[in-house]
Amino acid sequence: MRRQARKPFDESKIPNDLCPIATELIDLKTGDWRAERPVVDRDKCVKCATCWLYCPTQCVQEKPTWFEANLEICKGCGICADECPHHAITMEEELEE
Amino acid sequence: MVCDGNEAAAWGVALSRPDVVAVYPITPQSSLAEYISQFVADGIIQADLMDVEGEHSVLSVLHGACLAGARTFTASCGQGLAFMFEPYFRTPPMRLPIVMSIVTRDGITPQSVWGGQQDAMTVREVGWIHMYCETAQEVLDTIVMAYKIAENRDIMLPVNVNHDGNYLSYGVEKVVLPDQEEVDDFLGEKNTNWHVALDPERPMSVDPLTGGAEGAGPALFVRYRKGSCKAMQNALRVIQEVHEDWGERFGRIYAPLVEEYRLEDAKYAIVTIGSMSGAGKDAVDLARESGEKVGLIRIKTVRPFPVQTLRQALSRVQAVGVVDRAVSFGWNCGPMYQELLSTLYFLDERIPAVSFIGGLAGADITIEHFNRVIETTAKALRGEKFSEPIWLNEK
Repeated sequence: MRRQARKPFDESKIPNDLCPIATELIDLKTGDWRAERPVVDRDKCVKCATCWLYCPTQCVQEKPTWFEANLEICKGCGICADECPHHAITMEEELEE
Repeated sequence: MVCDGNEAAAWGVALSRPDVVAVYPITPQSSLAEYISQFVADGIIQADLMDVEGEHSVLSVLHGACLAGARTFTASCGQGLAFMFEPYFRTPPMRLPIVMSIVTRDGITPQSVWGGQQDAMTVREVGWIHMYCETAQEVLDTIVMAYKIAENRDIMLPVNVNHDGNYLSYGVEKVVLPDQEEVDDFLGEKNTNWHVALDPERPMSVDPLTGGAEGAGPALFVRYRKGSCKAMQNALRVIQEVHEDWGERFGRIYAPLVEEYRLEDAKYAIVTIGSMSGAGKDAVDLARESGEKVGLIRIKTVRPFPVQTLRQALSRVQAVGVVDRAVSFGWNCGPMYQELLSTLYFLDERIPAVSFIGGLAGADITIEHFNRVIETTAKALRGEKFSEPIWLNEK
């Protein structure tokens, strides 16, 4: 780009009806969308990290000898259970508390 | 110099000094893409020319470029424009001042690669500014003006500069090339991303999810929708100011919104859009010679729709015939006729109006066709009723 306009961005000078932008992070807890939760069988888990790699929300967390989903974020899509080469993850229905 | 409308458009782009151009060729826009490629290769345009795999990517690339501060250009039409529609819809609410030529082409199906305004007319309600040109010179001049309109801080909307496929795209005319320094002075400093920016120093999420019905989402949505509508209304003023400025600097004066031709003492008028207006004016001159009190109204700016300016023009006459180069399927008439009917509401007296549809799929609208338009509108003036549209090229 040869003739790029360069001015520092100043949020206060933007009319509030112009264009949606976000400059602060708002935590969206997608965990309450879940209908089924992934349950890890720790005896079967070999910590290969396949679930960690495939999770679309990147909510899989590392534990001492296994991996498991952060249930505040996990949407219950079941991709980890499908991909796990050792069949260590099963999807269990969420029940009313 | 002598050139066709597509080359004139490319010169308009060159004079505006874009930073990034992305185009995907499609008839009858292809030679415009070729001229721009040649200009970039020859160093006449100092821009990055992006060869992408389709029109959806064309406009998406320009979104990113615009957010990074670039002045941008593209051109498309017909099926290409249809494929571009997803990013096309989100360009105006992101308030990106992109300029794009639509070299208008009729809608498929039936299969046609020829002129018609169905493509541009179909997308007129999305939030882009739409201007239709009559001559190659007007194409060149309007593309330069479009940047000044789009980048105005009270507007910040993308602009479509439309010219008729075949008739303007390939029709060769005498064109005066403005001086580069004068154009630079006219356009002034560019700043396309003062409101949204891709900037690692100040990270931001552009166009984030506004939230669901229970949160602030709907109220935010209304705020931005109203903002876009307000910008459109601001454009009515700015388009006039920019055209006046252009006229003073370069001596070529165009009607910015609605052109009135021989309307002073007219009893009735015909309404045209785009390149057909030349034949329309010739037909009006001939009818005037035989004593008919007829004038012509040419709509240049379709979005924002110039309700008050058109109302003023219509208030001078007692009958009107509207020639469209596109179809409004749901209303059984032409789209400009349909919108003109809305404008008639603001007149003190209701006047008869007739819908004509012509020039579809590359058909020529000749002086003979306009003679028929004038004769029919004269009949409407005398009280004859025309409830169906009149198809000019029907054999």
